[in-house]
Amino acid sequence: MTKQEKYDLAKWAMNHALENGAQHASVSISNSRSSSVEVREEKIDKLEQAIQSNLSIRLFVDNRYSAHSTNRLKKEELVRFIEEAIAGTRYLSEDEFRTMPNPELYYKGGGQDLNTLDKSFDNHDPQEKINLAFEAEKEVLGKDDRIISVSASYYDGLNERVMVTSNGFEGDTSNSYYGLNAQVSVKGGDARPESHWSESAIFYNELKKKDIGQKALERALQKIGQKKLESGKMPMIVENRTVSRLFGPLISAMNGSAIQQKNSFLIDKLGEKVFSEKLSVMDDPFIMSGRGSRLFDSEGLATKKRPVFENGVLKNYFIDTYYGKKLEMEPTSGSNTNLVFKLGDKNLDGLVATVDRGILVTGFNGGNSNGSTGDFSYGIEGFLIEKGKIVQPVSEMNITGNMQELWSNIGEVGNDVNENSSWLTPSILFEGVDFSGA
Amino acid sequence: MRTNRRNFIKTTGVTAAGCILLPPFLQSFQNVQISGNVKNYLDHFEVSAEMLQKVIAAAMSKGGDYADLFFEHKKSNSLGLEDGKVNRAFSNIGFGVGIRVLKGDQTGFAYSETITLDAMLNAAKMAANIANSSSSFAPAEINEKVPASYYNISRKWEEVSVEDKVPFVQKINDKVFSLDEKVIKVNAFMSDETSYMLFYNSEGRLTYDYRPMINFGAVCIMQKDGKIENAYAARSFRKGFEWLTENLVDELAHEAVDRTNLLFEATKPKAGEMPVVMGAGGSGILLHEAIGHTFEADFNRKGTSIFSDKMGKKVAESFVNIIDDGTLENNRGSINVDDEGNTVQKTYLVKDGMLNSYIHDRISSKYYGVEPTGNGRRESFRNIPLPRMRATYMETGPHSKDDIISNVDYGVYVDNFSNGEVKIGAGDFTFFVKSGCLIEKGKLTQPIKDINIIGNGPQVLADITMVANDYLIDNGTWTCGKGGQSVPVTCGLPTVLVKKLTVGGSV
Repeated sequence: MTKQEKYDLAKWAMNHALENGAQHASVSISNSRSSSVEVREEKIDKLEQAIQSNLSIRLFVDNRYSAHSTNRLKKEELVRFIEEAIAGTRYLSEDEFRTMPNPELYYKGGGQDLNTLDKSFDNHDPQEKINLAFEAEKEVLGKDDRIISVSASYYDGLNERVMVTSNGFEGDTSNSYYGLNAQVSVKGGDARPESHWSESAIFYNELKKKDIGQKALERALQKIGQKKLESGKMPMIVENRTVSRLFGPLISAMNGSAIQQKNSFLIDKLGEKVFSEKLSVMDDPFIMSGRGSRLFDSEGLATKKRPVFENGVLKNYFIDTYYGKKLEMEPTSGSNTNLVFKLGDKNLDGLVATVDRGILVTGFNGGNSNGSTGDFSYGIEGFLIEKGKIVQPVSEMNITGNMQELWSNIGEVGNDVNENSSWLTPSILFEGVDFSGA
Repeated sequence: MRTNRRNFIKTTGVTAAGCILLPPFLQSFQNVQISGNVKNYLDHFEVSAEMLQKVIAAAMSKGGDYADLFFEHKKSNSLGLEDGKVNRAFSNIGFGVGIRVLKGDQTGFAYSETITLDAMLNAAKMAANIANSSSSFAPAEINEKVPASYYNISRKWEEVSVEDKVPFVQKINDKVFSLDEKVIKVNAFMSDETSYMLFYNSEGRLTYDYRPMINFGAVCIMQKDGKIENAYAARSFRKGFEWLTENLVDELAHEAVDRTNLLFEATKPKAGEMPVVMGAGGSGILLHEAIGHTFEADFNRKGTSIFSDKMGKKVAESFVNIIDDGTLENNRGSINVDDEGNTVQKTYLVKDGMLNSYIHDRISSKYYGVEPTGNGRRESFRNIPLPRMRATYMETGPHSKDDIISNVDYGVYVDNFSNGEVKIGAGDFTFFVKSGCLIEKGKLTQPIKDINIIGNGPQVLADITMVANDYLIDNGTWTCGKGGQSVPVTCGLPTVLVKKLTVGGSV
């Protein structure tokens, strides 16, 4: 579907809803293409191709609300789909807080191109892409007797979306992505530790195409001989790629729904110092070619650069129109964009060198966090650090504590940003974490 | 690599859902004897046996060994209650066909969201590219496989109006509020799903399934002395509207309130290794994570599972019998036929303490030279099938719950969980305990909450030293994720003693 065809169908669907009993509606239509190839034992193991379309519609009917989506986009079917949805909505309870966004807050065009689409998406040779996966595999094959299994995959995709609302918003977005990943299993005693390495990019030419298999192999071999240590309180460094597991519960606790539904440990904390002054994070939607960059959010609200934490002070919640009404607060946006951390001056090795005895966490295994209280407990694997050096791989241990305490005890923030995500997390050193082991 | 979608919205479809016009060549296609049932499914997807054969021929045109077509039409509806009112509804329709071609253990896959001969032929040609020779394929004779019937229902969800469902969601809210003054919020939900599936492969197998599902439950949020806690209770079955009753509402409301109340009294245990008593029911998560995933034959075929070289070996005490079962009546994890058209088994993974069978899909059962166990499952027509669990549980053993608890000097008793995970190769698995109890000198004492427990699969199997006679399946809304695909499952367990696990807690 061309962009114009998507706009035409979206407006047609919106008007059909308005003509059949909805006072307001918003419609978005998306389509996407993706392909992936996985190689194993120097053969293609899996080759997948996908083309996908979707229409979603939010309906406001007699002060009642519902939302629906379908991938059957023929008008004949949409007529019935929309009319049934409106009829069903009438059986719900009224909800005085459910309104369309304030049109003054909509993105009104004119923003700069954030450069999230590779315009040469269709021009890259499919065979060359497959070869990238084979090359990643080749970096590993025959390099060590302990290798049991190697697989590598290449994937890419393109998403396009348009959105219209009955109080005046129109907007469209598109983005592309490319990725390479290698996974290696090795034999070490009875265990068969595995690890992987991945790189991704918005532009094909910017995708890192070398050393992916090599890094996966190194990381798998380093895990051989993993041990459980005795329980104890120790400093913990969390590697940049895995920090999101511990930062995620903070973002969840700032969500308007969590605040209003009393499932947050950050209720009534706006403007207060809640965490270590070493924590400063900015929500920046305008980073050129950022993974989370966008000019408007899922409701059409214009995005803004906003501080999330400033020297440990909570500066913002993530509030959409609905929960803004319920909380009597201005909507910000229901979700974050790019999260930019204020960095320290050491890379991961530099952080490790500062630790006398502690644990470097390179992966999590299960666990969860209680949304209301911030109490958490997670399984971990990683390495024991002694006198500033990595000395022993560890696994089968848990960390347990409370989010408020953990993030108040930051020892140091690293400077090694993980560029493969919209959350631009560095490695972080936390003091005094409870590890349970033998 | 792409199909032309320019004509997508301009195409004048002849049918709206519910009004079926058969393609004219269906009547002229005389070679196949098919039942009324299969015909209903062909009509539902507006395809004929001849079309299926043409698409399979295109899929096999590059020299594939095998190809299959998985048609699916899934309708999901859900209702949500917040701040005292059923004030939101959501629905989704997913419709399409997944086309898979195998060459040895290599897979080519593509799908189409429009089910016309041209669109399917395009997708078939993409999937065919996994092979790269040319070959002529002689169509197999169609053989219809009548699926089992593990989930008969009387009132289909697609025939139930929103009006009939709303009162149950409202009632669970009102009931929870009536049970305890500390309740400050309730989030209630009901979601139902109806899925039609039609399957055809290059061996001529033609089969189908109708899969209903209902999830119903509530989150209870309470405040006491300035502290806020929440817990939920939910059930899920392949059952129809007749399942909803006042008794069910009462049972769920009590469970949600009781579980939340426990949390106010609960503390963290002391960190370290200790005996863990797994309470009957939801503790089956132990089997799912510690054993289930590592028994999935794709991992074992590739040598990446810690159980890869243990088939036929003794892995547990002789009273340990572990089953993965797709045949339980109305169970959330049951399927009448798997997503590769295979018969669904009750499969013993561990029998009398010996490793008895892996969990197989088509590729792995060919590799190991065994009958498919009926574990080939996929999230939707957009995904390739993988070996996946169904209902995973342990049979009753020789001990009693009281014996087991009184056997523990210091440890924990756990019976309510939220999630788990496993590292296939290392065998390390975890489960997160929402609530439980300390055991001191053989008695249940202080409640505990929000702790992760971690162990190693083969070690835990060997460390199961007592199994009680109180087997219970847990009918919660368990969902299993693997390779980016979610499928519904369940799990169950009698009360079990694990000699030693690493329990999260304070140092």
